[in-house]
Amino acid sequence: MSELLSFGFMRQALAAAILVGLLCSAVSFFVVLKRLSFLGAGISHTALGGMAIGLVFGVNPILTGCLFAVGAAMAAGSISRIGKLSEDTVIGIFYASGMALGIALISTFKGYYPELFSLLFGNILAVSTQELLIIAGALVLILLFFTLFFKELLAICFDEEMAMAGGLPVRALYLGLLAAMGLAVMVSVQLVGAVLVAALIVIPGATGYRLCANYRGMLAVSLVTGLLGSVGGLVLSYFYPVPPGAAIVLILTVLFAASLLLRRRLGVSKQDK
Amino acid sequence: MEAVISVDNLAVILDGKAVLKKISFTVNTGEIAGIIGPNGAGKTTLFRALLGLVPLHAGTIKILGVPPHRIKEVRRRIGYMPQNQSFERRFPLSVADVVAMGLLSPESLLRPTGDCRERVAAALKSVGMEKYGVRPFQELSGGEQQRILLARSLVRNPTLLLLDEPTSGLDFPAQQQFYEMLLRLRRERDLTVLLISHDLLSVASVADTLICINRTMHVHGHPGEVMQSPGLKEAYRCQFDLLRQTGRAEESER
Repeated sequence: MSELLSFGFMRQALAAAILVGLLCSAVSFFVVLKRLSFLGAGISHTALGGMAIGLVFGVNPILTGCLFAVGAAMAAGSISRIGKLSEDTVIGIFYASGMALGIALISTFKGYYPELFSLLFGNILAVSTQELLIIAGALVLILLFFTLFFKELLAICFDEEMAMAGGLPVRALYLGLLAAMGLAVMVSVQLVGAVLVAALIVIPGATGYRLCANYRGMLAVSLVTGLLGSVGGLVLSYFYPVPPGAAIVLILTVLFAASLLLRRRLGVSKQDK
Repeated sequence: MEAVISVDNLAVILDGKAVLKKISFTVNTGEIAGIIGPNGAGKTTLFRALLGLVPLHAGTIKILGVPPHRIKEVRRRIGYMPQNQSFERRFPLSVADVVAMGLLSPESLLRPTGDCRERVAAALKSVGMEKYGVRPFQELSGGEQQRILLARSLVRNPTLLLLDEPTSGLDFPAQQQFYEMLLRLRRERDLTVLLISHDLLSVASVADTLICINRTMHVHGHPGEVMQSPGLKEAYRCQFDLLRQTGRAEESER
């Protein structure tokens, strides 16, 4: 382990893993409670269009991807409500359109983009200090939003109609939640890539949901799962020839599978008996 | 008696479709008024209009003396219980957490919740669930969950309760218990109650007045009059005689 930390790039990668693990598991808590899992997965693919804009025009693709992902998440939420469509339907359209835009833009310009592969499948070992700062900034922003409006966000996840009748700014909070999700997805792309990032924003929350009958426990389990997955995957990939992104997702999957077994053995809920 | 709710010639148009038109009624202090009508009659939309959640196309509403666009002035005096499909039954909250959510309001934004345990405990006690505070909400039966949601709507000590199908999905004994509790709460807390129900016989047995709508106003009055009114059959667009059915049940009991 000390050998692992003796490399500067590994220390950098470990910091990124901790930050993204915390960020995604906090977002995952709300994604699962508000049933936004497919929206999260779709946003990562939609954002490919934004990342392609950055690559082609020489701007940091994570930054352009962030703007695109946040915009797409909020637009999907708004369009689904205005157009009376489910978020899944709208994101199904955005999903393909964003990827098509990305492919079209990249194919317009000649040359090879090695970054494209890492954006699709992640390359945490190449995380730069600038990218680390972007992730840390996103973490601070999102945690601040969650901390300030935690009880209200929980209320709109539980019963939106009641929250609306109580006078809470439901639409603004919902759009804020979507923006947080879009931002978290994009800054996590460096870790596991656009293809696998859905696992990071779904599995920690789903594991907590399976194991706990109270949101406090669910949040704690979600955070622990996210950290175990991201740091564990990085460490595993150091000792074995497995790409970090895949290792992180596989560890998360094992943790979720374990939660299924634990739940059944413990019989936490009457409804599972 | 003072009118707690007065609706005059209300019309609501949503997506270009007239969902409600020519709706007029009043609900006086201390009354239990039942809103009945077939599926798609616009009952929930009427509640949403009362709460200022949908725009009015025509007509006027006064709820606790103010129009819906000024509802924030009286929101603390209104308890609302939405339809039971509006929430996720397996949501990981304790019973006390669910009840405490009734205290959230625009005024509580960016402010610490403070100690709301006493208010939550009092609301739980009023629905006979005082020992359930720490229990996971997801592990309660449908009837128990409905009681907890009623406690949530009572936690701000309202004077007016709006209940949207509070007994849907409950078996007959649970429905009877719910209505008995409602009558007790009305007595103890001087509540005015407006409730939507699909169960005509049950609601007729507890309500002081019935308001029958199907997109438009059909009949409004004492339950005995409404149940025999041709307006009721018009609203449901079918021929049936509830009183005769009730009579048959009584005959077979004898």
